[in-house]
Amino acid sequence: MSFSLTLTVNGETRAIDLDDPRVTLLDLLRERLHLTGSKKGCDRGQCGACTVLVNGRRVNSCLALAVSLDGADVLTIEGLAQGDALHPVQAAFIDHDGFQCGFCTPGQIMSAVGLIREGQAGDDPERVREGMSGNLCRCGAYIGITQAVLEAQARLAAEQGEAA
Amino acid sequence: MNRFDYVRAGSVAEAVAAAAEPGAAYLAAGTNLLDLMKGGITRPTRLVDVTHLPGLDRIESLPGGGHRVGALVRNSDLAYDAGFARAYPAVAEALLSGASAQLRNAATLAGNLMQRTRCPYFYDPASACNKRDPGAGCDARGGETRLHAVLGWSEHCIATHPSDLCVPLVALDAVVEIAGKAGSREVALDAFHRLPGDAPERETVLEPGEMIVSLRLPEDAAAFAGHSRYLKIRDRTSYAFAVVSASAALRLEGGRIGAARLALGGVALKPWRARAAEVVLAGAEPGEASFRAAADAALAEARPSGDNAFKIELARRLIVRTLTLAAAGTPERMPALPASAFADGSALHA
Amino acid sequence: MPDIAYEQARHGSSIGQPLTRRDGILKVTGAATYAADNRPEGLLHAVVAVSRIARGRVTHLDVAAAKGHPGVVAVMTGANAPKLAQDPDAKDNPFMFRLDLLQSDQVRYAHQPIAVVIAETLEAATEGAELLAPRYAVEPARIGLDVEAPQEPDAVGAGDKARASRGDVEAGLAEAERRIETVYETAAQYHNALEPHAIVAQWDGDRLIVDTPSQGLGMAQMRLAALFGLDPKNILVRSPFLGGGFGSKGLLSGPQVLGVMAAKLVGRPVKLVLRREQMFGPVGHRAETRQTLRLGTDASGALTALDHHTLTATSSFDDFYEPASALSRYLYAAPAVSTGHSGVRVDTGTPLFMRAPGEASGSVALEGAIDEMAEACGLDPLDFRLKNYAEAEPISGRPFSSKALRECYAQGAARFGWDKRAKAPRSMRDSAGRLVGYGVGTALFPALMMQAEARAEIRADGTGTVALGAHDMGQGAWTALAQIAADGLGIDLAQLDFQSGRSDLPNAGIAGGSAHTATAGSAIHSATSAVLAQLAELATGDERSPLYGAGNAGVFARGGRLLRRDDEGRGESFADILARAGRASVSAEGKAAPDSASREAYAMHSHGAVFAEVSVDPDLGQIRVTRLVGAFAAGRIVNPRLVTSQYYGGMIWGVSFALHENAVLDPRSGRVMNANLGEYHVPVNADVPAIEAILVEEYDPHVNPLGIKGVGEIGITGTAGAIANAVYHATGIRVRKTPITLDLLLG
Repeated sequence: MSFSLTLTVNGETRAIDLDDPRVTLLDLLRERLHLTGSKKGCDRGQCGACTVLVNGRRVNSCLALAVSLDGADVLTIEGLAQGDALHPVQAAFIDHDGFQCGFCTPGQIMSAVGLIREGQAGDDPERVREGMSGNLCRCGAYIGITQAVLEAQARLAAEQGEAA
Repeated sequence: MNRFDYVRAGSVAEAVAAAAEPGAAYLAAGTNLLDLMKGGITRPTRLVDVTHLPGLDRIESLPGGGHRVGALVRNSDLAYDAGFARAYPAVAEALLSGASAQLRNAATLAGNLMQRTRCPYFYDPASACNKRDPGAGCDARGGETRLHAVLGWSEHCIATHPSDLCVPLVALDAVVEIAGKAGSREVALDAFHRLPGDAPERETVLEPGEMIVSLRLPEDAAAFAGHSRYLKIRDRTSYAFAVVSASAALRLEGGRIGAARLALGGVALKPWRARAAEVVLAGAEPGEASFRAAADAALAEARPSGDNAFKIELARRLIVRTLTLAAAGTPERMPALPASAFADGSALHA
Repeated sequence: MPDIAYEQARHGSSIGQPLTRRDGILKVTGAATYAADNRPEGLLHAVVAVSRIARGRVTHLDVAAAKGHPGVVAVMTGANAPKLAQDPDAKDNPFMFRLDLLQSDQVRYAHQPIAVVIAETLEAATEGAELLAPRYAVEPARIGLDVEAPQEPDAVGAGDKARASRGDVEAGLAEAERRIETVYETAAQYHNALEPHAIVAQWDGDRLIVDTPSQGLGMAQMRLAALFGLDPKNILVRSPFLGGGFGSKGLLSGPQVLGVMAAKLVGRPVKLVLRREQMFGPVGHRAETRQTLRLGTDASGALTALDHHTLTATSSFDDFYEPASALSRYLYAAPAVSTGHSGVRVDTGTPLFMRAPGEASGSVALEGAIDEMAEACGLDPLDFRLKNYAEAEPISGRPFSSKALRECYAQGAARFGWDKRAKAPRSMRDSAGRLVGYGVGTALFPALMMQAEARAEIRADGTGTVALGAHDMGQGAWTALAQIAADGLGIDLAQLDFQSGRSDLPNAGIAGGSAHTATAGSAIHSATSAVLAQLAELATGDERSPLYGAGNAGVFARGGRLLRRDDEGRGESFADILARAGRASVSAEGKAAPDSASREAYAMHSHGAVFAEVSVDPDLGQIRVTRLVGAFAAGRIVNPRLVTSQYYGGMIWGVSFALHENAVLDPRSGRVMNANLGEYHVPVNADVPAIEAILVEEYDPHVNPLGIKGVGEIGITGTAGAIANAVYHATGIRVRKTPITLDLLLG
């Protein structure tokens, strides 16, 4: 049995033939589309390393069946930067040293992008910490992560203000 | 994960027909189902994908009062729906204290009602579990039981229901609207989940193939909006299941409690409506004395199922605290740490 | 070799600069390649099947069912696994641990690998492993510290003495004005690096290439050579990035070797990645401990005796004993100190090095006991620690090579506001009525040196290369070692080609013991010094050079030039020196090793002081660490940004140790009942709202040529104890076990 689905991945619409309905979005990205930036830390929705945006919302790609996402728009860490220009969240993670080993980082960054889009945390560090608590960092880079999210949020808010 | 047939339903009727076969399971977001399938805990032979069904992702305000929430409404959409959160703030708070933002963005209302226990013996295929394998026994008994049930358990099963959302919903008399082969029916949420008794494998009253299509909050539920809280005690500050949780909703009339709603989470195999406590509270003056009496009433039947006697006293104290917070009034804005003992952030400026 | 974009070129010294990570762009774009991201042509997926029992035998595997699953290529069991050249149960030295490589049907712990399924897709391999449906002959699991009479081991940790003492502890206790005896228990913990152990293995005849996370490339290469009977030169191990190690990737684990065996069996490249639950068994853990401490003081509060005994557990088939008492050999002054260990054998995987092995567990007990003793003396916990400050290492009597612990106490206390601490427990509250507590703990981690080699080169165009098989597991080797290399060659970072992370480069030893920057850095220093010496020789011996006659000692390198020390205006570029000499390049190798003379003469440790504030709900018991301030002295700081991050991370591990981590074993089955990241708790972002790290200045002329001590592990020590002491101060309840959970504070 084969399944045909259409996914837009990082802006590119792709027709995908799946021979197996068991393939999760994460395994589709990593093993079949060779987008290995999204990481598998637990495969059970408990660490956040696989976080991507689906239709603009951050989700755990390890707990979504690809076949069920027919028609979805998926943004991964590979699609975040615009050419050579890092997304403000990416730049802020470097500036604030929001990582050590880097394994959770793609998930942290995609989660931060989702968090900022959700617009619920604003400039409140406590809300940012709560909102980022679905992303484990075993190295313990949380201090830098929170600072990076706050700075990127402020920069994006300022850019939006300028654009308006 | 076993191989399965994947069926994408085009209508509720189609879904119900496809799911009536033995071994079939509904797939919504899959945040719990895939977890279970990856662990080999459940091995459905057919998944009926209902995520593409139209019309089940709506939050409607009902003409006579109350709300209807579609089965596929995502947890975060429900929590952030301004009208809904204003009417049922404890429900929003419970939602936002559950899981992580990523999971809330995916998980659906119906999926939350249907989620399975986190009992580690249920999740360990090598352990005996009457839920997974009726008649096999319960290895949780005599095992690691710190987080197990203190109310409504049986010798066959001491697991708890893990939902946060269901706790305020059951307090507010939510009604589950169900579609099945034989047509539609509705069941009070309080009657939806079953206590284990001698058949812990039967977790809800759903018949094979039946599907939750929506949930209804009745007309009077919003009357508690001014005094509603959910509080959840956890082993870490966020992203943890409840050790014990409580939802309290009060209607204050002239300095007295006109009506009270109280429910507990993490104490039983279903969200636990504490009706005896509500009786104690009705007409009483809000305050420590009546709250303590209510707490005692709520836990009167409680007994430890292992090394978890602390949960009984913790639940009592949590009831007092949650009632106290509810009496003080629903906060203007969702706390930074929803449902947390550290919700107000003041600890950071000690 | 990862293609690392350079965004930071600085003139002058690199060491000491708070540079951002050179691998930052790769890591924030998802381009950094971890082992499981590799995909050689023809790759197959392998999934390990593990035992569900803790002791017994596997009596049946349904190989036919697994093989019958569409996509499954092969099932590797003991019956068809490739023959190995070395017995996996051989143990030639204390650093060699026994591996489970399907050599028998015996099960020695839960989650022991018992078969490997190899398939065209990950989905098929995963289901194939499930379909093996093993049957067992089960024997009762032996679990817990009371399972048998304890024995004293021959050695603890990595070859340390089980017992060490000075003076007569019994006499010291007998003469003490005040004495306490107290018992602390710590739970078993699992490393749980966010990257599960993974390997991509490809054979080409008798050549082998593996991509796998490694904190010890050279040792991994040698172990593979021994196991497969290969010339080490024919093995390439690549590990440019580790997704965290924390000790669990120091030595090659059994599952990694199984990936190589699977690739050999099927004759195609194989990728094997552990599932999260499989991280709880075959890749090491920190064993539980029960520590008994006896302390006595004179009337003034000066210790007269300190006795620290640790009971811990190792596996039934190998030896690793958590050296938790060792810390008491180094930290507090007492005329009589006794330290010892005993152990039992249980049916778990073999415990191994886990971030601050020994020191972490020992610290929480020792700092708790010190707090109890301070209280018994009626002294402030900080004053008590100062009163018993060790001016020389307590047992050995050696002077410290450097020790700025007093400054750590002072700066940390000032920053934290320790003077606002109310003396009586349960007497501070926040504005919401929650209990507030302050606690302090002393941090210490030995400043070790290991062995490493490096190669350096300067080329005619003035650029340089430094190469060594170093390891970046998040501590920042790509950045910090490159800073040392650039300074060593006297060139700007932008002119440096820094090569690392693979086994065909000079052996950089092991990234462990908080000694990698010191050791690999010293090897780099040695190699770059040798290169500069060659350049200096070319220049100072040449009449045409402005440096002629200055002598090697009379010149130094900066900005790609050699300059006269007595006149910095006179110098010559590397390019000019090489051009005139007609040389395309000069290169040299360097080595680093502990200097035994200075190590015998001095005790060498990093020190620190950690101050914790906790908030505890008085009724509900829930705890939050609202503030941590750590002040640490660790010699020369190569990159303060990275070092700060190491301290933060270590302190968060301290939070985790004190409040969260707990591998819950069912005592009947021996299975870890929370082998997942949902219920094996580590801190989330909301658990650590405020942490500060103070880098206290310290100069150490003895520890190594660069004066560098370690920073990777010290942060856990001190912190867990400070938190436990703060919980006591907040609540008046002394919990003598970790993790401290809310049910223990309900009163």
